[in-house]
Amino acid sequence: MSTQSESPLKQVALDALHREYGAKMVPFAGYDMPVQYPAGVMAEHNHTRSQASLFDVSHMGQVHLIGSKAAEALEKLVPGDITALKAGKTRYTMFTNDKGCILDDLMVTQQGDYLYLVINAACKEADIAHMKANLGSECEMKILEDRSLLALQGPKAAEVLSRFANPARHMGFMSAAKLHIGEFECFITRSGYSGEDGYEISVPDDGAEDLARLLLDEDEVEFAGLGARDSLRLEAGLCLYGSDIDDTTTPIEADLKWTISKRRREQGGFPGADIIQQQIAEGPPRLRVGIKPEGRAPARAHTEITDNIGTVIGEITSGGFGPTLGAPVAMGYVDSAFAAHGTDVSLLVRGKSLPAKVTSTIFVKHNYYSG
Amino acid sequence: MSIKFTNDHEWVDVDGDTATVGITNYAQEQLGDIVFVELPDVGDTMDQGDETGVIESVKAASEVYAPVSGEITEINGDLTDDPALANSSAEADGWMYKIKLSDTGQLDDLMDKGAYDTYVGELG
Repeated sequence: MSTQSESPLKQVALDALHREYGAKMVPFAGYDMPVQYPAGVMAEHNHTRSQASLFDVSHMGQVHLIGSKAAEALEKLVPGDITALKAGKTRYTMFTNDKGCILDDLMVTQQGDYLYLVINAACKEADIAHMKANLGSECEMKILEDRSLLALQGPKAAEVLSRFANPARHMGFMSAAKLHIGEFECFITRSGYSGEDGYEISVPDDGAEDLARLLLDEDEVEFAGLGARDSLRLEAGLCLYGSDIDDTTTPIEADLKWTISKRRREQGGFPGADIIQQQIAEGPPRLRVGIKPEGRAPARAHTEITDNIGTVIGEITSGGFGPTLGAPVAMGYVDSAFAAHGTDVSLLVRGKSLPAKVTSTIFVKHNYYSG
Repeated sequence: MSIKFTNDHEWVDVDGDTATVGITNYAQEQLGDIVFVELPDVGDTMDQGDETGVIESVKAASEVYAPVSGEITEINGDLTDDPALANSSAEADGWMYKIKLSDTGQLDDLMDKGAYDTYVGELG
């Protein structure tokens, strides 16, 4: 986690509500954010997998790129197929640099006359400067500084949200809609960062607290903090920018090749395309994989991964305990020769060599809505 | 009736020349859900301040240090099997190990209950 102790922490619109619910607030990407509530990370994690949890992710940046040429303009900066994105659909992609490495990962929703982007809090300023400098005059950028972003995640999320906005029930996975919840006009995508079904709800700051209370009043819904968000996404194999992906990893090394369409692989036209095309053709030198420690000791980020004779072949980038799995889980990079699932490796934890296996990054099956 | 406390949030319950060691209730509250405990081996000899094990919560790993010098005589296998005992019963069933004291004088430097409660209170 990054802490910026020199400058005062920014507060989210729900700050007082988090404190009312007993949140433990911590500095995260320049914001004072709830890491957990009195129930604790494990209970919040398990509640999300069985019911529905409300996460405040208002630290993330929300941006509109306005104009009919916005998709073409954005494609100059990302390898995702944005021009093929139909109105009301959402896609995951990343900003790359000229080395083909990742400056940030983001969600892009096509809304017809504009694109809606959600970018990481810690990268927000750099992303905006990057877009300002490189998008050109084909689209206008509007930063939504007066909106909160709430994520309702879990198998009961659809049932809960459709009580207030019935069309939410039938929204496709990775699609968007403008819906009223109570008196609030919300911009909703069926997406998230937990591996569960759910929604991300963009709401004006001045309605955020009332909306949160409305949802929290439902029997199925409890608050969950950044701690549970991290263990949920780790079990689901989803990357955390700054840990699992950064400006030294390419999307191919990060096993995110699936985010790049055939057309974009062939045509390129985004920063670092030559390197990414070469890695697609020849295979990357290293690959992001799941790592399953065989014992009970969790292996944290920066743990070295070795082969069976002790040669270092990689490093853990995220690791901890998976409450749903009831066992330690991790992900990291290994030399491609060791990336096959089932490969035996060792983890150097506190001077001891602990056995582990290379696995899929998805430890807990995704439970996304499939219609 | 001679339970002592360290500023690393361990309790030391002395019975003759042997002490039972665990983490305090305050410590388990700060750590959150405990998922893994690594303890020393019976027969290990420890100097005061040596690392004797690790407690991991869902959030982070924390080293545990020997509050006194001596030889490990028993470890709590129930705790390694069920690390959550350190949350539910930090100052009783969640004990970590027993140590045969080599220098009982070290106990004089530890805090009694009243001093520890004051210390924790000041941590806010």
